[in-house]
Amino acid sequence: MTNLEKLRQAFSEGLGMEISGVTDDLQYGNPGWDSVGHMALVAAIERAFDIMMETDDVIGLSSFARAKEILSKHGIAFQS
Amino acid sequence: MESPFSLKGKVALITGSTRGIGWACARLLAQHGATVLLNGQANLALLEVRVAEIKSTFHTEADGFAFDVGSPDAVRECYAAIFKKYKRLDVLVNNAGVLDESLLAMISPQSLQHTFHVNVQGVVLNMQYASRLMARNGSGTIINLSSILGRMGNAGTVVYAGSKAAVIGITLSAAKELAPAGIRVNAVAPGFIDTDMTRRLAPEKHREKLASIGMKRIGTPEDVARVILFFASDLSSYVTGQVLGVDGGMLV
Repeated sequence: MTNLEKLRQAFSEGLGMEISGVTDDLQYGNPGWDSVGHMALVAAIERAFDIMMETDDVIGLSSFARAKEILSKHGIAFQS
Repeated sequence: MESPFSLKGKVALITGSTRGIGWACARLLAQHGATVLLNGQANLALLEVRVAEIKSTFHTEADGFAFDVGSPDAVRECYAAIFKKYKRLDVLVNNAGVLDESLLAMISPQSLQHTFHVNVQGVVLNMQYASRLMARNGSGTIINLSSILGRMGNAGTVVYAGSKAAVIGITLSAAKELAPAGIRVNAVAPGFIDTDMTRRLAPEKHREKLASIGMKRIGTPEDVARVILFFASDLSSYVTGQVLGVDGGMLV
């Protein structure tokens, strides 16, 4: 599984949505991604990549695209 | 059959755990099989001694983390280290606290700031990171130390009582927020407990406090630790958002 697939899977699991709904333009505030879902999403991403995010990044995790940027700080690469 | 108090396989962080209630709690959780992570800031030598004592007495794993509980950077580093080494946290006891008694007119800005830094900011910061580690496993228990003064107030304790009342509000709100993640949050509100903090009181004040306790004895750190063990263990698996007084029927 590529890192991109892993991230999509984590979003799907954390937010409880179909994987087809996890698109590049998915943002906080979209249906299914509210403040309650956010914590489950953070846990799912951290579990999937075995990392621990900083609080600033938890707050700043506002879109699927931003998630990729945050993960890149932990040495996780995404092919463009 | 395994004891319902068993904490085998669990990792527990107890802030402010080199003395008093925190130390009694660390010993009791270790006695029930938990890996115990101790915290202190002022006396690093004592922290090391305490870690060694836990290991040799209870033959369980123990570790020491020296950090200021109210410092965002220090807390982040501590939890990063816990994550790296243990990959989990099951129990957080927010015990570190400071008491500075002053009449309202005599409260210094420094005292106000320091008390809230440790007693309130410290609780929130540790809960932030702990709840994230706990959320990964879909379970965890957080025990915050409030005080009888946070519920009843008393002359000369405006800042301390305010900080401990804040701990109650924090506990109640976090319990609601974290319940869906399987994380329980409860508070303990000790009364007059025999610790370094209360030994500093003048003898007449000490006598006065003792007289106000229905059970006519000062509480011990172990009295409080046993209630913390209840909240830490599965015996309280369906209990969250509660504030339990441990005060021997004290009237304030």
